[in-house]
Amino acid sequence: MSRRFNAALALAVIALLPGWARAEDHGPGWMAFSASPNNLVSVQRGARDFMNYCSGCHSLQYQRYQRMATDLHIPDQLLKQDLMFNPDAKPGDTMVSAMPDQQAATWFGKAPPDLSLEAQVRGADWIYNYLQHFYLDPARPTGANNPQLPNAAMPDVLWSLQGWQKLVGKGDQAHFESVSQGRMTPEQYRDFVADLVNFLDYVASPERAQRLSVGFKTMIFLVILTGLLYLLNREYWRKIH
Amino acid sequence: MAITPNPYKTTGFLGWIDDRFPLTKIWKDHLSDYYAPKNFNFWYFFGSLAMLVLVNQLLTGIFLTMHYDPSAENAFGSVQYIMRDVPWGWLIRDLHAAGASAFFIIVYLHMLRGIMYGSHRKPRELIWLFGCLIFLVLMAEAFCGYVLPWGNMSYWGAKVIISLFGAVPFVGHQLQVWIQGDFTPSGATLNRLFAFHVIALPLVLVMLVFLHVMALHEVGSNNPDGIEIKQHKGPDGKPLDGIPFHPYYTVHDLVGVGVFLLIFAAVIFFAPTGGGLVIEPDNFLPANPLVTPAEIHPAWYFGVFYAMLRSIPAMFDTQIWGVLVMFGAVLVLFFLPWLDRSPVKSIRYKGWIFKTALAIFIVDFLVMNYLGMQAVNPLYTAITRVGTAVYFAFFLLMPWYSRWDRTKPVPDRVSFHGHGGSQRVTS
Repeated sequence: MSRRFNAALALAVIALLPGWARAEDHGPGWMAFSASPNNLVSVQRGARDFMNYCSGCHSLQYQRYQRMATDLHIPDQLLKQDLMFNPDAKPGDTMVSAMPDQQAATWFGKAPPDLSLEAQVRGADWIYNYLQHFYLDPARPTGANNPQLPNAAMPDVLWSLQGWQKLVGKGDQAHFESVSQGRMTPEQYRDFVADLVNFLDYVASPERAQRLSVGFKTMIFLVILTGLLYLLNREYWRKIH
Repeated sequence: MAITPNPYKTTGFLGWIDDRFPLTKIWKDHLSDYYAPKNFNFWYFFGSLAMLVLVNQLLTGIFLTMHYDPSAENAFGSVQYIMRDVPWGWLIRDLHAAGASAFFIIVYLHMLRGIMYGSHRKPRELIWLFGCLIFLVLMAEAFCGYVLPWGNMSYWGAKVIISLFGAVPFVGHQLQVWIQGDFTPSGATLNRLFAFHVIALPLVLVMLVFLHVMALHEVGSNNPDGIEIKQHKGPDGKPLDGIPFHPYYTVHDLVGVGVFLLIFAAVIFFAPTGGGLVIEPDNFLPANPLVTPAEIHPAWYFGVFYAMLRSIPAMFDTQIWGVLVMFGAVLVLFFLPWLDRSPVKSIRYKGWIFKTALAIFIVDFLVMNYLGMQAVNPLYTAITRVGTAVYFAFFLLMPWYSRWDRTKPVPDRVSFHGHGGSQRVTS
C-alpha cells in the first residue's frame, strides 16, 4: 500500500470515528445566532442587563464578581455601585441570587436554574431564541409559554421591554405576531437579548480569551518546532539507504 | 572489596553508576543498540504517541487530583473551580479530557496497524496479548474518569454501565449494589471510581505498558513487510535492514509528536469540547438522579461496544446476552494471533480476500461507532445486529479465509525508499 493511501486511510479513520453532527428540529421563528465573545461593549451591557433583569432569580454560582470585573474591564467603583445588589456580597464572592431555592420552588414549582453554564448546556443560539419566543398562553399559570421550553415555569419577565406576542399557525406555518408594543422596538429588543447572550456565553467559559491568546502562540511555536524536527529527522536519515 | 568493572568501561560518575546499576546496558539494549527495521511508515508513529499521551494523562491527572473533590456534593463544582479559579486549571483539565479521546484514536490506529501488518503473529503473540490487556484496562480507566466530573451524563453513564453487572444471573443485583456501594450511583460510587481511576488502574496500566515494551524489545519490532530483520545480519551481527532506535527513530518519532501536538493543540485551544464529543453538553449540568438526559450514551470511543450492547435483545428473561456480546467483542481480540492462519504476516503480501475482509471490518467498525452515538430506532438496531455479526465474522472466520487467501511471495529483505533518494534495497 502506498504511503499516500496510508495517510488518507488514517485521516478518514480519524475524521469518521466520532460520527457526524445531528440535524436538529428547531421550533417556530428560530433564528440562527452565534455569540460574539470579542464584542466587549456588548458583553459589558449584557452584564449590566443580567444584574438588573435576571440576577434576582438566577445565580451564576461559579462566577465571581471580581473575575467578571477584571475580564470585562469594569472599574471596582462601578462594580460595587451598579452591579452588586447584595449589600453583604464581597467582590471575591460568587454571584449567587438572593432568592432562596426552597421558596423559589414553592413559588414557581421549580427553583430558577443556575445559569453559569447555560450557554454550554443549551447553546448561545438556544438562549437567544428562548428569550424572544415567549407568547401569550392563557392555559399557563403565568399566562405565557415558550416553544423552546414548552410549559417552562419561567414567566415572561421581559414582557415590558418586548411587549406581548402570540403564536399563530401550526407546524411549519407557526409564527409569532405582536399583540402589544413594549418599551423597546423589535430591533432594540433583539440587541438587548444578544447582549445578554454574549454575557452568558462569556460566563460559561471565562477562560476563553486566555485560551485563544495562548492558543495562537502555541500553534506558532508548534509549527516552528515541527518544521525544525522535520529538518532534523531528514538530516539524520539522509545517508540511510 | 573490589568490584567487578562494568563491561562498558565507562568511567567517572557514569562509571560509578554502571558498576552498581545497568544504566548503560539499559540505554544500549533499549535505545542506542536496539535495532528497529528501517522501513517503518506512517502507521508506526502511534506506539510512541500512545506513550506520550499516557504521560500527558498521568501528569495532568496529578494536578487535577490536587484540586478535584471526589464527593457527590462538590465534585461538579470542583471541576468548575479548576476551570475558573485554579491558574491554568482550564488547560490542565482540557489536556486531560481531550487526552482521553486522543488516547483512543491513537490506540485504535495502533491496533489497526497491528492487524494490517500481522504484528500479532509469532513470535509477537505476547506483545499483542499485553496490548489487548492495556486496551481493556484503558476502557475501564476511561469509564471511571468519565464519571468523575459528576455531570448528568457522568451520572447516567455510570448507572447504565454499572447496571450491566446487574444482568449477571442469580447474584446480579447484589453484585451491582456491592460495586456501587449504594442502591443507585452516589457519593460512595464516585469515591470508589476515583480510587480506581487515580491509583489502581493507572498502576496496572503502567505495568502493562512496561511488559508490552519489554516483550517488544525481546523479539524486535515487526514492520510493514512483515519480514524478520534478524534473519539477515551483517558480519557485525547487526540486522542489515535494521537501524539503531536512537537516534534514528527518536528524531523520526519526534516529527510525529510535533504533528500530533499541532492537531491536539488545535482541539484544546479552539474546540475544547470537541463539538460535544470530548465534553457533552449534558455534562455541563450537575448529576441529577431525577432528570434523565434525552439520550444516554457513553463517550464516543465506546460507540461500537455500546451499539452492540443495545442491539442484542433480552432472551430467556435476562439482558445478559448484550453484555456477553459486548465483552466478547473485546475478548475476541485476544485470540487474533491464533485466528490468523495466513502464511504471510503483512497485508502487502496477502490476497484480495483478507484485504476485502479488513476493508469491510473498518467500515463496519466506523458505522457501528456512529450508530452507538445515535438515538435508538428499529433501522439502526437492525443495521447494528448485522454489523455485530460482521465484526465477529471478521475474527471467527479468519482461520478459514486467511488460509484460502492467495498470498504473494514475500521478499527476503524489506522494501525501503531512503528519505533522500528512492533506491530500492534488494539482496
